[in-house]
Amino acid sequence: MLAYLWIVPLLPLLGSAINGLLGAKWPNKYVTATAITSTGLSFLCAVEAVREFVESGQAFFHKEFFTWITAGNFRAGFDLQMDQLTVVMVLVVTGVGWLIHIYSTGYMAHEGGYYRFFSYLNLFMFFMLILVLAANYVLLFVGWEGVGLSSYLLIGFWFLKRSASDAGKKAFIVNRIGDFGFMLGMFWLFQKFGTLDFQTLFDAKHAGGWSVEAFGQLGTLTIACLLLFMGATGKSAQLPLYVWLPDAMEGPTPVSALIHAATMVTAGVYVVARSHILFTHSPTAMLVVAIVGCATAFFAATIGLVQTDIKKVLAYSTVSQLGYMFLACGVGAFTAGIFHLMTHAFFKALLFLAAGSVIHAMGGEQEMPKMGGLSKKIKWTYATMFVATLAIAGIPPFAGFFSKDAILFSSFQSERGGRILYGFGLLTALLTAFYMFRLIFLTFNGKPRYDEKKVHVHESPSSMLGPLVVLAILSAIGGLLAAPALLGIGPDYFTSFLAPVFGGAHEAVEAGAEAAGHQLELILAGVAFGTALIGIVIAYWLYLKNPRKPDDLAKSMKPAYNTLLNKYYVDELYAFLVVRPLLWLSTNAFWKGIDVAVIDGTVNGIAHGASATGDGVRHSQSGNTRSYAVWVVAGAIIVLAVVFYWSGAAKTVLGVVR
Amino acid sequence: MVPTNYYVILSAILFGLGVFAFIFKRNVITIFMSIELMLNAVNLAFVAFSQALGKLDGQVFVLFVIVVAAAEAAVGLGIIILIARNRQTLNVERVDLLKL
Repeated sequence: MLAYLWIVPLLPLLGSAINGLLGAKWPNKYVTATAITSTGLSFLCAVEAVREFVESGQAFFHKEFFTWITAGNFRAGFDLQMDQLTVVMVLVVTGVGWLIHIYSTGYMAHEGGYYRFFSYLNLFMFFMLILVLAANYVLLFVGWEGVGLSSYLLIGFWFLKRSASDAGKKAFIVNRIGDFGFMLGMFWLFQKFGTLDFQTLFDAKHAGGWSVEAFGQLGTLTIACLLLFMGATGKSAQLPLYVWLPDAMEGPTPVSALIHAATMVTAGVYVVARSHILFTHSPTAMLVVAIVGCATAFFAATIGLVQTDIKKVLAYSTVSQLGYMFLACGVGAFTAGIFHLMTHAFFKALLFLAAGSVIHAMGGEQEMPKMGGLSKKIKWTYATMFVATLAIAGIPPFAGFFSKDAILFSSFQSERGGRILYGFGLLTALLTAFYMFRLIFLTFNGKPRYDEKKVHVHESPSSMLGPLVVLAILSAIGGLLAAPALLGIGPDYFTSFLAPVFGGAHEAVEAGAEAAGHQLELILAGVAFGTALIGIVIAYWLYLKNPRKPDDLAKSMKPAYNTLLNKYYVDELYAFLVVRPLLWLSTNAFWKGIDVAVIDGTVNGIAHGASATGDGVRHSQSGNTRSYAVWVVAGAIIVLAVVFYWSGAAKTVLGVVR
Repeated sequence: MVPTNYYVILSAILFGLGVFAFIFKRNVITIFMSIELMLNAVNLAFVAFSQALGKLDGQVFVLFVIVVAAAEAAVGLGIIILIARNRQTLNVERVDLLKL
């Protein structure tokens, strides 16, 4: 399978093409079959490829399938590669993607444009797989832009809804800003190193020659890394470009789960991890990544505290968790970042899917104040969502505990980390536990706050519950890969698996860990667990014991509450600083000034000129035969005059005559 | 022997008459005849120069012109007959259906 690795991304593309071209006239079950089969087969092929990869002793696999662009000494090929990092990403993308496809068949069953939805969803899978399998930045960028396109199409899936199409445009435009930086980063790298192939660029010998001093504090690598990171902030919704992700919740819920929680938004983390050799050679860039990640984690978590829309809470939670991943990368703990990426894909996809199930049960209601007491009516959804909540809150032995603990531990003891980063990370963990349990309590516990006569609460079909259960199991046990190391009874399987990729980058971290000792890690894990418990207790006390208390608190701290509720007025700030000046400039200068006055003026002017000339000379076509005769004679006289006076002909002829 | 100049001047006079009639006459047949007159004026010039230069080229051209004139007469007269049938007139001033 490895030799035919291109089949893995091609299958979803095929599914997308078939559904997109033929699906319009098909009954839903054919569309379902095509979509599920193509992604399922892709998952199986990926598993088979991984099996071969492991069987070959985990040897780095790289193959050039065909050359795409050549110009001078520049070559960008359709080259795919497979290493341990790719294995994690491919399995997460195809596996979680497949589960979400299955879920979508239930969730979208009664929606119009069923074939369109699956065509887009398969297209997304194709681009995401290209992104993670690519062996050079150019091909990665193809996937990078492609997932942006699919994201745009799917956010605006209900395009007749104004807010949905606006959200799609916002996501696309904000991402363009990041992509601009990403492209500049690629150009910069190519100019400096003459290649964009990962293998050549990161070659150990090559990398060995780089020293921090040689490139300076603001040197080549720092610029390249910061530009690449700019792309990552756009795609992975970090400060200051995170604004599109909460709005992206306008899309159907499975889309939020697949694209805006589990896979696409982690692409930025993947790129940083993939380029870790560049990043580790630039302390400045690493510091920026860590600070941006940490700030985003805290910032988004505070907004998440007061949101009332169930999907908005999860959206801010996603932004916050992505911040954690960047924090991990920034302090040099790339393995921890990727580990959190994987566990986050499990539990956040599950949270979104379960939220979708709740929305489905409530007949489209997304506001948590209008829910409550659902736990008895939709038991399966409640159980699975509870598992995911425990996982994200960081309760052992669920997945999130281990990955979050690894991040907090690295940020505490890594030489790139520090007490401030750790402190904010821990505070974010508290907030995370609080807002997630607030969500659970408001939704599933307490008294029903909806009209029980009008809303017929019903459990979702098995096609939706199946993926929930599978993801719940993964969320529960996914973190155990790292458990032996924490308990001190064995190796950290995940870290040792990824060691060949991040080997160099981790020596410092590992050494620090050895020095700090195992005891510190256990203490920090205990602290994190305690913090999470405090968050849960506060949420319990506020939302179950004293349900009136939150409103009183909101009133007593009105300015702070309103600031949070309005998301720190960031959208308004951007509108004031960027959007409105741009709109003004576009309207008055580019549209009315350049487009209408100059371009339209020129084109219309030429047309008017031709028309006026035609109008003038049409009178010569009088239809009067004798006037034509005059023209003929006049023409002949002119020709004769020219021949005789402007050439030597006159002399010859007249000479003969004489 | 008559000097070449005389032939050329005669030819020019004939051609000028033809042009004059071509422009100022209204009857289609007269216009047609004036065209023939111009053609023959040209023929005369050709023959005269042919004689003067001692070359046959001019005479060959004359034969061509006569052939073309014959063909043109056939087509032209056909058109004139059609005009006469359809418009009941030979006055070109009245043949102006395409006028703006």
